[in-house]
Amino acid sequence: MSAAPSFPRWIEIVVLPIVNLMLAFLVAGVVVVAVGENPFEAISVLITGAVGSKISIGYTLFYATNFIFTGLAVALAFHCGLFNIGGEGQAYIGGLGIGLVCLYLDILPPILIVPVAIAGGAVFGALWAFLPGYLQATRGSHIVITTIMFNFIAAALMVFLMTNVLILPGQMSPESRPFIESATLSTMQDLFLMLGTDIGRSPLNLSFFWALVCCVGTWVLIWHTPLGYAIRSVGQNTRAAIYCGIKPTRIIVITMLISGAMAGFLGLNEIMGFQERLILNFTGGYGFVGIAVSLMGRNHPVGIFLAAILFGALYQGGTELSFEFPALTKEVVIVMQGLIILFAGALEYMLWPAVRRVAGSILRLRTS
Amino acid sequence: MYEAYIDIISLLDATVRIGAPLVLAALAGLFSERSGIVDISLEGKMLAAAFAAATVAAISGSAWLGLMAGILASVAMALLHGFACITHRGNQIISGLAINILVAGLAPLLGIAWFHRGGQTPNLTGDARFGEIILPGAEMVKDVPLLGPLYEGLLSGHNILIYLTIMAVPAVAFVVYRTRFGLRLFAVGENPAAVDTAGISVIQMRYLAMIACGVLAGIAGAYLSTAQGAFFSRDMTAGRGYLALAALIFAKWRPGPVLLACALFGFLDAMEARLQGTVIPLIEVTLPVQLIQALPYILTVALLAGFVGRATPPAAIGVPYSKEHH
Repeated sequence: MSAAPSFPRWIEIVVLPIVNLMLAFLVAGVVVVAVGENPFEAISVLITGAVGSKISIGYTLFYATNFIFTGLAVALAFHCGLFNIGGEGQAYIGGLGIGLVCLYLDILPPILIVPVAIAGGAVFGALWAFLPGYLQATRGSHIVITTIMFNFIAAALMVFLMTNVLILPGQMSPESRPFIESATLSTMQDLFLMLGTDIGRSPLNLSFFWALVCCVGTWVLIWHTPLGYAIRSVGQNTRAAIYCGIKPTRIIVITMLISGAMAGFLGLNEIMGFQERLILNFTGGYGFVGIAVSLMGRNHPVGIFLAAILFGALYQGGTELSFEFPALTKEVVIVMQGLIILFAGALEYMLWPAVRRVAGSILRLRTS
Repeated sequence: MYEAYIDIISLLDATVRIGAPLVLAALAGLFSERSGIVDISLEGKMLAAAFAAATVAAISGSAWLGLMAGILASVAMALLHGFACITHRGNQIISGLAINILVAGLAPLLGIAWFHRGGQTPNLTGDARFGEIILPGAEMVKDVPLLGPLYEGLLSGHNILIYLTIMAVPAVAFVVYRTRFGLRLFAVGENPAAVDTAGISVIQMRYLAMIACGVLAGIAGAYLSTAQGAFFSRDMTAGRGYLALAALIFAKWRPGPVLLACALFGFLDAMEARLQGTVIPLIEVTLPVQLIQALPYILTVALLAGFVGRATPPAAIGVPYSKEHH
């Protein structure tokens, strides 16, 4: 798929994903027509619902926070040539770690509990990624399959813990007791109220800042540290990496630990920032969609940030859709995610010859 | 003693009912993976088939028409997977994931729009559902000791799709081990370049494998909504596609062991309800049912890790084939 020498790379990096995205929206429009609604009205409600007010932007960024964590987790592993499809399970167990800190270490002063919770999420998430990484590195057990298996094991473990150990006694639904005020992350609204402006009530909280830190941290790690160099070497050419004195086994395990830790941070937003208690199924598919986010973002933090906002907007706008149109339930968002993964991921290069041809003739027209 | 025997019979009966769709789905995956295409989209294919089968059966009143629709829906998903992975050499895992997510959204969305029951399809009755088949003489021999319960309780009284599943295992084994198609199928999964050199189209072989995969996964999905159940409900596959994939790996991509692996996983599932609240002797701890639920996955990881034998996948699995690149 190498482009002609003079062919600008931004066409492949920017134009192609946008064209693919438009194709996904086009097919989604057909689905909207199939269930008897007007796709043009739907798209306008979706956009207004996602970015039409301060509150809806807050919600969009709240969902985007989840996607940044899971998207970075996938991207980190990808740079090492690993397909970490276990973000869902790692986020689940990472959230457990954060929840345990908020439940049992809440005597800590608020200034300390945040870093401890971050560490808790990182350690638990990394722990859940360790075995798949270790088995891939030492025994060649295919990481895609082992991480899928670990997702199911995580789900079973969480049901056991929530129904037997962490459940608030005398309660039917498997939820822990609520965290005390000081063991939660304050919302952006409270922060901005302190600064004198009101941005409206949305679950957007301080973990958004941590997501930004993680974006920068990932960028520094991958492109500006020796470890990042080793990760990319193993990912691109393991044999050459060995020749350079890099130990792939070590690098694979370390990469998976970092990837799992990154996924584990999802709980900061969902559990510590929003639910303020441990519940079941708070990962809600974010781990899987993280693959799409990473893919659309070309495994680069800047791209992942933008893709996360796109998916966040889709989530928030899609929720609004279901209020306006009786036939468009929240499943329409899932359909759109599926279509985006299909066209921007699996069929990424389907339209590439056409895009190249069109772009090529436009460029020629301009130069001649 | 005899009561325990009756109990085991009913446990095995439940194992058969739970295991059948797993067997079909795992055999479906066998065709795909043996041809060199990773298939994590068994889940989505089954779900699409379950929805299409229940919908058409509800409208037409015929379980058989439902089954056809289910197979068509599943084959359509399989061909989409093929279009992405074979024709466009896209990433097989991403394609599978896309299909799973797409169907998980599309089925309930269409279900709600068409039937207004929160994503559920109407209840199937009479001919719209695959009923139980009582084998000849089952009522008569019921009270005969030992053999009576075995015949009446375990062998008789299943729906046609279960008997079809039992026949499917030797049929698939015959196809993959004894026919030209089967040997070529294995060859494209191991060394596609060699197959290509022999003048056989790798692309055509892999597309045929996709269709075989779609047909079997379609029957598995139809089983869930028109035989085991009597309607489609959202996420009714509940991870069975992934469990079947685990069984396929556990069986090292071979049809006979697929049956055993699915029987084991089905048996664990059937035991789960019985073991609820059982106290383990000596340590006096209530056995967590979640441990039994997680056991198939734990066992598969252990196998992949090489602690229980060794699972070696087809050599060319996951690698898109292109004539220029070898």
